[in-house]
Amino acid sequence: MYNFEFSKPSTVADAVAALASEDAQALGGGQTLLPTMKQRLAQPETLVSLTGIDELKGVCQGDNGAVVVGGATTHATVAADAAALYPALAALASHIGDPQVRNRGTIGGSLANNDPAACYPAAALGSGATITTNKRDIAADDYFQGMFTTALEEGEIITSVSFPVPEAANYQKFVQPASRFAMVGIFVAKYSDGVRVAVTGASEDGVYRWSEAEAALSSNFSASALSDLSVSSDGMITDLHATAAYRAHLVKVMTGRAVAAAS
Amino acid sequence: MPKDSGIGASNKRREDIRFLTGTGNYTDDINLNGQAYAHIVRSDMAHGTINSIDVSAAEAIDGVVKVFTAADFEGVGGIPCGWQVTDRHGQPMQEPKHPILAEGKVRHVGDPICVIVAETAELARDAADALNIDITELPAVIDMKDALADGATKVHDDLTNNLCYDWGFGSEDLDAVQNAFDTAHHVTTLELKNNRLVANPMEPRVAVGDYARHSDESTLYTTSQNPHVIRLLMGAFVLGIPEHKLRVVAPDVGGGFGAKIYHYAEEAIVTFAAKALGRPVKWTSSRSEAFVSDAHGRDHVTKIELAMDKEGKFLAVRTDTHANMGAYLSTFAPSIPTWLHGTLMAGNYTTPLIHVNVKAVFTNTTPVDAYRGAGRPEATFQLERVIDKAAREMGMDPVEIRRKNFITEFPYATPVAVEYDTGDYHATMDALLAKSDHAGFEARAAQSKANGKLRGFGIAHYIEACGIAPSALVGQLGARAGLYESATVRVNATGGLVVMTGSHSHGQGHETSFAQVVAEMIGIDESMVEIVHGDTANTPMGMGTYGSRSLAVGGSALVRATEKIINKAKKVAAHLMEAAEGDIELKDGQFTVAGTDKSVAWGDVTLAAYVPHNYPLEEIEPGLEETAFYDPANFTYPSGAYGCEVEVDPETGKVTVLGFTAADDFGNVVNPMIVEGQVHGGLAQGIGQALLENCAYDENGQLISASYMDYAMPRADDLPNFTVDHSSVTPCTHNPLGVKGCGEAGAIGSPPALVNAVIDALQRGGHDVAHIDMPLTPGRVWAAMNG
Ligand SMILES: Cc1cc2nc3c(=O)[nH]c(=O)nc-3n(C[C@H](O)[C@H](O)[C@H](O)COP(=O)(O)OP(=O)(O)OC[C@H]3O[C@@H](n4cnc5c(N)ncnc54)[C@H](O)[C@@H]3O)c2cc1C
Repeated sequence: MYNFEFSKPSTVADAVAALASEDAQALGGGQTLLPTMKQRLAQPETLVSLTGIDELKGVCQGDNGAVVVGGATTHATVAADAAALYPALAALASHIGDPQVRNRGTIGGSLANNDPAACYPAAALGSGATITTNKRDIAADDYFQGMFTTALEEGEIITSVSFPVPEAANYQKFVQPASRFAMVGIFVAKYSDGVRVAVTGASEDGVYRWSEAEAALSSNFSASALSDLSVSSDGMITDLHATAAYRAHLVKVMTGRAVAAAS
Repeated sequence: MPKDSGIGASNKRREDIRFLTGTGNYTDDINLNGQAYAHIVRSDMAHGTINSIDVSAAEAIDGVVKVFTAADFEGVGGIPCGWQVTDRHGQPMQEPKHPILAEGKVRHVGDPICVIVAETAELARDAADALNIDITELPAVIDMKDALADGATKVHDDLTNNLCYDWGFGSEDLDAVQNAFDTAHHVTTLELKNNRLVANPMEPRVAVGDYARHSDESTLYTTSQNPHVIRLLMGAFVLGIPEHKLRVVAPDVGGGFGAKIYHYAEEAIVTFAAKALGRPVKWTSSRSEAFVSDAHGRDHVTKIELAMDKEGKFLAVRTDTHANMGAYLSTFAPSIPTWLHGTLMAGNYTTPLIHVNVKAVFTNTTPVDAYRGAGRPEATFQLERVIDKAAREMGMDPVEIRRKNFITEFPYATPVAVEYDTGDYHATMDALLAKSDHAGFEARAAQSKANGKLRGFGIAHYIEACGIAPSALVGQLGARAGLYESATVRVNATGGLVVMTGSHSHGQGHETSFAQVVAEMIGIDESMVEIVHGDTANTPMGMGTYGSRSLAVGGSALVRATEKIINKAKKVAAHLMEAAEGDIELKDGQFTVAGTDKSVAWGDVTLAAYVPHNYPLEEIEPGLEETAFYDPANFTYPSGAYGCEVEVDPETGKVTVLGFTAADDFGNVVNPMIVEGQVHGGLAQGIGQALLENCAYDENGQLISASYMDYAMPRADDLPNFTVDHSSVTPCTHNPLGVKGCGEAGAIGSPPALVNAVIDALQRGGHDVAHIDMPLTPGRVWAAMNG
């Protein structure tokens, strides 16, 4: 790790100001950024920690009924505090990494990073969430732009994420055996106006919506509705752990399981 | 009644107090006055020509002490190989130079190029950015078959080709072997890979070099399983330091699994640099460095054939293996696929004709050497897999086919040069079937089926050769070392004992179990016995710990030295009680004269030995200290039956291990709890190999599983509860404790049991799958099922 300056502001405004300086970078829980720095693959001049900003932390229910999670809220807090409000979201958070990761890592860091195998992107896209930054509201459908790529601009901070609460939802994570990130993760959410299916871990383009499944499930919310669908392996990830064909297969199997388990 | 002390007692491990309270003394805990820090700059290419190295900018950085390159090591030797294998034509293996730092060429990712020594570890690492190293990348050979192809790129220009040796072994009469295959009722053939592994001890390697100008003595603190071996190899072959001027200390070591047996470049680097710079130098491996610089394990590609008569009697076995050596020969690398593998190809069976062929191959990969089991897992895996396949092809029960071929009379001389002294394979098989509720399996399988899952049961029976090894024998086979062990027992005046052993404990619990042996022999409390190991300055020359040898060989030395102590103490006791030496008995720490009520206590005798006012000085010397060296007469042959029960999810191919039963015959057991723990650890690593671990290179020689993000270590929730049984006991016939060794068994017997179980599950589910290469990842199982 190279040396860096460290600041820990207590307001969003101060954080934004600090991030305006050359080569400054936001620090959430550090669960992605610090290992990258230790490997000397990232070299920020200044780290601006967001975890001292109270307004960025916590889970609450908004006026419209949506569950709103502060941008610097840890996975452990979401797992505990969203359990009654949005059980599928809380369950997803409770299976990210290990206790150390869950008590440091934050939702803002996860969504900003947009790892193609991360869990939260599936929840955000699958719930049609709104990602709120210090500048604007971004619909999840516009936010994810390919692996490790998002709509965020330089220095922009995720302040909160608002999840409309579905009638039924479930996240199925088929783990990559080494990292235990998602080799394929499926988030299914049933809303009154239709079903959303978000797929993580599988595609070279990062998290995406499986629209055929959404259509089929919107008219018949049962695993059998998927039986005639097939998933192409084109554009799926092939790596040490799984081939594109296997990932494509898992997308269908795990979607069926998510539907069956949705509650 | 289980015993509560001495041999047979499940004592809690005394060393765990310091390990569990964070007060262990590991090499990285050693920090010496004025210490500088070494950072090793390693090749990120698998193969390349070094055109130039410009260190001037790096050396100019404030706080950088010196940058060493190969040129600085011109006067020193390369890293020696400890075993010379002779090929099928009687020629010695091809043995390339293994320089401390890359000379002219880099040959694998991780090959060390430069050493930066600086005031802090961070500075040393930062300074690497200022180095100017110009390397022209060359094509790399990664696959062993490619490496042997005509015109293949050579890993070493000065060798004829990439073949280290072509070795043939076993039944002399090859016509008889061929005839057995030609006339057999059935031949089962299996091609398989034994996957390459990274040992991954919890503690990465560390080395601290120190030099005392006043005494001209060098000291190396290192994470080693065998400090004396390092002293000999590094002192005599690399740095030219006589052993009396070189001290090697291996303090608490956080796991070895084989990877810490070998002499590594970093040990020579810090020792050399400490003298050159006149200050201590420390190197601590990062986990990323460990992946590319610790010796890897396994990596065999094998074809095995088994010929049978119509009853399923084994007539002949023939194998053909390619064994990856990596880019250089690590200390014991050549012996693993040969003498630790070929000699085990009889397994537990009476197969009369066995022919083993091994080609050892250089590739542009990290060197490969022994990893828990070393050669024996590779032998067991192929044999137990082909037997399982044969049973299926012959329509026989996998238990039945094994029983039909079990060796039942001992001693038994195999066609592959070893003689099993004792064993009872039916007993271990019986224990396995009972403990695993094998009889209830069909009902459990039906239950799984009802739940949409495929359940399978897999069996493997293993033999291993432990208690390594008779020196004269291994000398004939090419070992450049003896494989005895040593112990010095020093009795203090007040009766306490310090036992200095040449064995080394890095997780095995010697401090507890060795004390149990000595305390039992004398009849004193274990707290009076201290076990000292790991420092060449205060232990007798020993060969260290690997090959499940510590209790069988080191323990035997301990017994011999303690016997000498007791014999001398009896002389003193006889003098004190004015009795004949032959009438003295020692029990519970009291010397008595047989048939009388005369007695003196252990402490009276030890005091007399050091305060010899009333002492037979004309017959014996004062003091009470004895050393014994023990050279084993034979290997020991632990064996066992392993059973694995799995469930396969047919939709995803995911394997869940539901149960694992290990029924071992380790001979006599000193501490059942420690033995069970050793088996647990071995099973975890064996199941890890079978299900998860995969050290993989891409075609350019980049390690693609170079961190825990991609290299899957077994975790607690990957493993079932283990059932471990060692009720079958056939004591070793040739060592004083009757012990055989238990450290590697778990890792040897479990991979074939697991793979057999998965194949069984798939076959029961109607999938005609004969084999899947390890690790049995969900993707591979699914692909096999969907053919
Ligand atoms: C061992 C391990 C296992 C893991 N397993 C999983 C898993 O199973 N599933 C999973 O999804 N993830 C997993 N993760 C990743 C984990 O969830 C991380 O916490 C997360 O990806 C990053 O969050 P962070 O708060 O630690 O961000 P940091 O590492 O601090 O930052 C990551 C990036 O986000 C930026 N950033 C941080 N906060 C904000 C913000 N509020 N607004 C804008 N930008 C911001 C940073 O500048 C940086 O670029 C694992 C991580 C580890 C170490």
